[in-house]
Amino acid sequence: MRVSIDTEICQGQGRCFSIAPSIFDFDELGNGVVIGDGTLSEETMALARLAQSNCPEHAIFIEE
Amino acid sequence: MDTKPPVKDFATDWDHTDPQWVADPYPIWEELRGRCPVAHTNRYGGGWFPATHEGVTTIAKDTENFTSRTVILGNGRPGDDALPAPIGVAPPITSDPPFHAIARRLLLPAFAPGPINALEPQIRALCQRLLDQLGDQEIVNGGAQYAQYIPPGVIKHMLGFPEDDEDLFREFAHIIVEGVDHPEEQRIEEFAPIEEYFIKQIEDHRENPRDDLTTYLLNVDIGGQKLADEHIFGTMVLTLVAGIDTTWSAIGASLWHLASHPEDLSRLVNEPDLMPVAIEEFLRFYAPVTMARLVKHDMEYLGCPMKQDDWILLGFPAANRDPAVFEDADKFIIDRAENRHVAFGLGIHRCAGSNLARLELRVAIEEFIKRYPRFELADSAAVTWAQGQIRGPRNLPLRILS
Ligand code: HEM
Ligand code: SF4
Repeated sequence: MRVSIDTEICQGQGRCFSIAPSIFDFDELGNGVVIGDGTLSEETMALARLAQSNCPEHAIFIEE
Repeated sequence: MDTKPPVKDFATDWDHTDPQWVADPYPIWEELRGRCPVAHTNRYGGGWFPATHEGVTTIAKDTENFTSRTVILGNGRPGDDALPAPIGVAPPITSDPPFHAIARRLLLPAFAPGPINALEPQIRALCQRLLDQLGDQEIVNGGAQYAQYIPPGVIKHMLGFPEDDEDLFREFAHIIVEGVDHPEEQRIEEFAPIEEYFIKQIEDHRENPRDDLTTYLLNVDIGGQKLADEHIFGTMVLTLVAGIDTTWSAIGASLWHLASHPEDLSRLVNEPDLMPVAIEEFLRFYAPVTMARLVKHDMEYLGCPMKQDDWILLGFPAANRDPAVFEDADKFIIDRAENRHVAFGLGIHRCAGSNLARLELRVAIEEFIKRYPRFELADSAAVTWAQGQIRGPRNLPLRILS
């Protein structure tokens, strides 16, 4: 299971790194970035999904 | 005085300045979603109002068919020749692609979470100072004595203007906020002292560079070129115009909610960890900002026969109440976990100041409820809400309870 951000779609709304700072960070423009390679564990999956469901741009993708 | 006929049917004749819309727009939008999701009006020379989340987001993301040349709906339309298109009057908010990306790109680093989060102690100190000034009055005005002063105080600090100029700067903030509807010539006249002061500050920063937004703008380099002073001035004004009324409205509306919902106030006082989700729900439920677009060319869009230069009233607050996207959309749920709200817009014009706005809103509420854990509306009939495209309480008398 992997999470990623489509940088073409992300507008730096900042919801992901506020909700899940262990999974997401921000770059110098304030756009979201995934920490590491985005691999999710059972525990981090729920948090990643919560971030996904709060992103107004629908920029977060989760591969099962 | 206002001589406009009252609106009888908002589906065919909407007007966002109609007293009914100003007082309580939510039932109007709810009704429109049910029977006419893109409402029309012949007022203002013709325009459309999408009341659904889908309509608002589709148009906000579509810069091919809609222009941001002007984002404030009025009777006239700035002609193509009136503006240095595609730059627009206040880059990046009134800019279209491709120039928009350049104007926005240079602002973003200054408003990214890193530099903004560093402002938290100053913002907290400012809120505490304002609360100290209120002392132990029984009635405090949450709008005119508190919320109103927070955004200008913060922006003044960010721009690096002298501390002593506090009063002067508040006066400028008033000119900017209250003159939104004034005719252009009057507006230019009112702006003269602001322009003079800003130019003086730009000069001073050029001679004495320091760590602030003004110096940052002076140092910006686009392909070996520095920004023209007019661009710097325009951007400084934009931080005032876009940052003051909006944030003040969000703080005021949140205080209004807490004053009239004691159960939410006591939850927030007792469960401070709720603050981040509560802030998002305040922003969803009381989204203060509605923007406008102009239709670029005649077309059939969302099933409507749109004409070139028709207005679009882009109701982010209406999108935030759409039950197709939000469960119990008309209920304020302080711990709402899934909240894809669009209070800051979306697409390329997403509010560049959203990190700052969120921080100000959170700290302002945290400090207020720490000082006054119990308060209520002193006189609900005395509360006035601003009309126009920025919605929030202006006069907000609160009774402090012991
Ligand atoms: C709660 C407070 C605020 C709200 C609800 C808000 C809302 C918005 C919205 C909806 C837009 C999109 C405009 C459009 O699509 O045409 C916007 C744009 C913008 N806002 Fe805010 N805003 C707030 C506070 C601020 C602050 C504090 C600043 C800066 C000091 C700011 C600076 C900007 C700028 C520069 C833009 C233009 C971005 C662009 O066009 O690329 N805003 N804001
Ligand atoms: S919430 Fe969405 S738009 Fe915002 S930074 Fe994260 S991915 Fe980008």
